[in-house]
Parts: sequence; structure tokens; C-alpha cells
Amino acid sequence: MFLKDYISDVYNGVASLLKGMRKTGYYFTHSKEIITEQYPDNRATLKLADRFKGEVVMPHDDNNEHTCTGCTACELACPNGTIKIITKFDITPEGKKKKAIDAFIYRLEMCTLCNLCITACPSDAIKMVPNFEHSVFDRSKLTKILNKPGSKIKEGIE
Amino acid sequence: MYNETEIIKDTTELGPDGELVINMGPQHPATHGVLHLVVTLNGETIKKIEPHLGYIHRSIEKMCERLTYRQFIYVTSRMDYLSSHINNTACALLVEKGMQIEVPERAKVVRTILNELTRIASHELWIGAMAMDLGAFTPFFYAFREREMITDIMEDTCGARLTMNYIVPGGLMYDIHPAFQTNVKAFIKQFKEKVTEYEDLVTGNVIFQSRTKGVGVLTAEDAISYGCTGPVARASGVSCDMRKIAPYDAYDRVEFDEVIETDGDSFTRYLVRVKEMNQSIRIIEQLIDNIPEGEFVGKTKNVLKLAKGEFYQRVETARGELGVYIVSEGGTTPYRIKFRSPGFSNLSVLNHISKGSMIGDLMATMGTLDLVIPDIDR
Repeated sequence: MFLKDYISDVYNGVASLLKGMRKTGYYFTHSKEIITEQYPDNRATLKLADRFKGEVVMPHDDNNEHTCTGCTACELACPNGTIKIITKFDITPEGKKKKAIDAFIYRLEMCTLCNLCITACPSDAIKMVPNFEHSVFDRSKLTKILNKPGSKIKEGIE
Repeated sequence: MYNETEIIKDTTELGPDGELVINMGPQHPATHGVLHLVVTLNGETIKKIEPHLGYIHRSIEKMCERLTYRQFIYVTSRMDYLSSHINNTACALLVEKGMQIEVPERAKVVRTILNELTRIASHELWIGAMAMDLGAFTPFFYAFREREMITDIMEDTCGARLTMNYIVPGGLMYDIHPAFQTNVKAFIKQFKEKVTEYEDLVTGNVIFQSRTKGVGVLTAEDAISYGCTGPVARASGVSCDMRKIAPYDAYDRVEFDEVIETDGDSFTRYLVRVKEMNQSIRIIEQLIDNIPEGEFVGKTKNVLKLAKGEFYQRVETARGELGVYIVSEGGTTPYRIKFRSPGFSNLSVLNHISKGSMIGDLMATMGTLDLVIPDIDR
């Protein structure tokens, strides 16, 4: 009885191993079905999803104009204090004072990419872009000023 | 300086009855995170296991008390990161319950589909990681191949692979991706073809069976008294599926079976999870063609304020029952928030079920409990 169990154990063990190895052998010989992407080598063709949340940017048009009014809705919506908006008062040609952003400070190292600032923005001034290669040598380089130098607010945005 | 006997006493840490105390973790490949187990051994037999927690404690409950009802949802993704979508749903459901926000049908159905996709992804990762604990390296890659399709779907629709933050109180953050339905159908097709590969590689394997069968047996009484939920309790014959007991979102209109087995050992816990994946596929199949048109987010006020009182919401995550409890004073932030996490209760049973077994079996028991350490510590 012991011998019978022993032999059947050995038989079942070998059979189940071969069954599993047939599966791995199949993929060993069918290399086209392997879907591994060799990341640094395929950077030219790598395409991330359009909605991938990688980094907050502020789009500027050709005239170096953005649509941020400096309402600080994103600053209030941010759970981590990632965004800090410094405002100034521009003098319009009519001689009136107008609120405008001086610096839109964005700290990528504190950002959890939760998208709450984007949904809070009433004038679609900021958006998420699928950049993911964020490694830098110094942490201070992750603190970014999103509005470009010399940029101003687009006409007609209040 | 020291005589010889003292040196021996210091290095081996032998207890009064020849016990040996070893530390498993906090940095150990089989604990999947920073769990520290102080294991008391007699020879190779386990006498006592004492989990030491707190290595990844981030005080999420306290953090949530400072955040508004829109903001605190993203933090819960970091608790049980493998079912982050379901955690977010629990918080959103609670805020909706407290404020009586009407959720559109479209949002409910999409949430249910995404919840089930998350559950499949979590179980896929678990199969791979547990097989790796038991010495089988290959199933990891096979499981991650299907999981990758789910994370791609999540990436397309939610914009992130793991910590989605796609659920907002009232519905969804934005509408689903135009290719969502096609991608999910492609995933279902591939999953049904490839799930047999796990059976060939893992389930039928003699080494796997002999390492898990009869190991870490949990009886139904113990499962109830320790507060185990999820696949761990269902493998012991306890019916505890929140999707059946207290249906939320679109679970009341889909047909699925609650997988219940009675053996309660590690192998049964494995089987329950594999069968649950098939049930999740069944739920998705019923809903994917019937996503109603319409709004994806209901009308909410700009500033969310919960009425004064206490609120509780429970959902079924991939690991068991997650409860969210909020005490509100009527302001914009919760006064007190408490999460009843499934991992904590499931870990507490570890000492009981592995007492008297070999230290090699501890890996199988721990693996099938499916512990996610940030969920335990929060």
C-alpha cells in the first residue's frame, strides 16, 4: 500500500510539473506572444494614455498668454499645499488696477496627482500632462513656476 | 571579559524552554511590506506569533480630519492600495449618504465595473505574489500579464494605474474613455482564455497543493470571533459578502454567486479567490453593455457639509469588509473618522491558526491571508 501511494505520488508530481512546464515551454517557443516592453529602448514609440496624470502644466498660446486669473481655487482645492499663487496688480491701459498672477508656484515633490486642482479651476488654466520622467539630481528643481516669464492673461478672461 | 556560557546565551536568545525567538521582517520579502512578526519557535514548530505594527503608520485617519469631504478621498487610496478604487467608493458613498446626493445611474454602473476590475487586479497580483512566496516564480508574470490589461484600462479612464482618485462625491470625476467598453470586452475575452493557465501552473501543481492543503485551518467560529471578512472568512464557510448583504451602487441589479467553501485551509482560500475572479467577470459582463447614457456626476454644492451626526458605510474590498465611520459636527471637515480595515482583523487571526505548525507553513498561511500592510497600519 505504501509503495502504491509512493509511486502514484511520484507519477502525479511529475505529471503536474510537466503540465505546468508545457505552458511555460509554449511561451518560450512563441516569443511573439510575449508583451514585455523594453522601456528605455522604446522611448521614441512609447505612448502613454492621454489622461495619464503625470504633472500639472499651464498651457500658453502663441502670444505667451494663459487663462489663469489668480482666483486661488486650485490652491484651496489642493489637499497637500502643492500650489501657491502669488498675485500682483497690473495697471490696465484704462488706468484701472487688475489682479493678475505674479507666480504660480507648483511643487511637484508634494503633489499626489489627484486631479482636484484641475476640476476646481473655473477657467481651464491648468491641465495634467502625461510626463512621467521626473527624476532630477536636486529636490529644489521639482519646485516649478508654471507661468512663463513675461506671460499675461488672455483678453476676455475674468 | 565574558565567560563562554554568557556569550552563547546572548547570541541564541534561547527562552526558558529552549524557545528561539526570531524576527520576521520588517524587511522580509514574504511579508509584502513592513510587517514585523516576532515568531517564537520550538525547534521548527511555531509557539507564538506576535505582529508588531506601526512601521508604515501615516495617521491617515488624523490626516482626513484636516481635509474637506472632497479632499479626503484621495488619501484612502493609500490605505489598501490594491483596492484603492473600492476605498474611494466607500468614502464617496458615505458622503453621498450623509448629504443625500443623488448619484446618476451611469456613475453607479461605471463604479461597479471599475470596482470589479479592481478586485480582479488585486486577486491577480495576489496569485502571483503568493505563488512566489511558495517558490514558484513563473505564475507572477502570467498573473501580471492580465493585470496589466486592467491597469491599462484604469490608465485610459482614470488617468492613473494604482491610486486612481476617480470617484468624487456625486459620481465620477470625468466621463469614461470612449474605448472603455471595447477594452473591457477585450480583457474579458483574454481573461477567460488565460485563466486556465493558472489552473495548469498553480492549482493542479502537486507541490503547491501539498504545501497549502490542511495548512492554517480556520474554523467558522474562529473566523467570526476574530472578525475575519472577505475571502478568508468565506473559505471557512461564513457568509459575509457586503455586496449581497448591503448592496451599494449597482450590485442590487446584477446576478452573482457568493463563493463559499467550508474547508478553511490555505488551499481553499486560494480557490475562493480564483472563483471570485470568475464571479467578478460575470458581474462585468452583465453591466458592460448596459452602461446608461446621461450625466456622470450628480448636482452637488460647491462646499460639501455633512449634517451633524454619525455616518457609517461598509463596502466589500478585495480583502474583506471596509467600514468608514464619520462623526460630523456640521462643518466642512470630519470631526472624527475611523476606518475598519479588513487587513487588521485578518492579521489578528494569524497567531491562532499557525500555532503548532511548521515555520515553512507560515509563508503559505500568511500569503493566503492576503495582507496589505498599509491597510493594517493606515
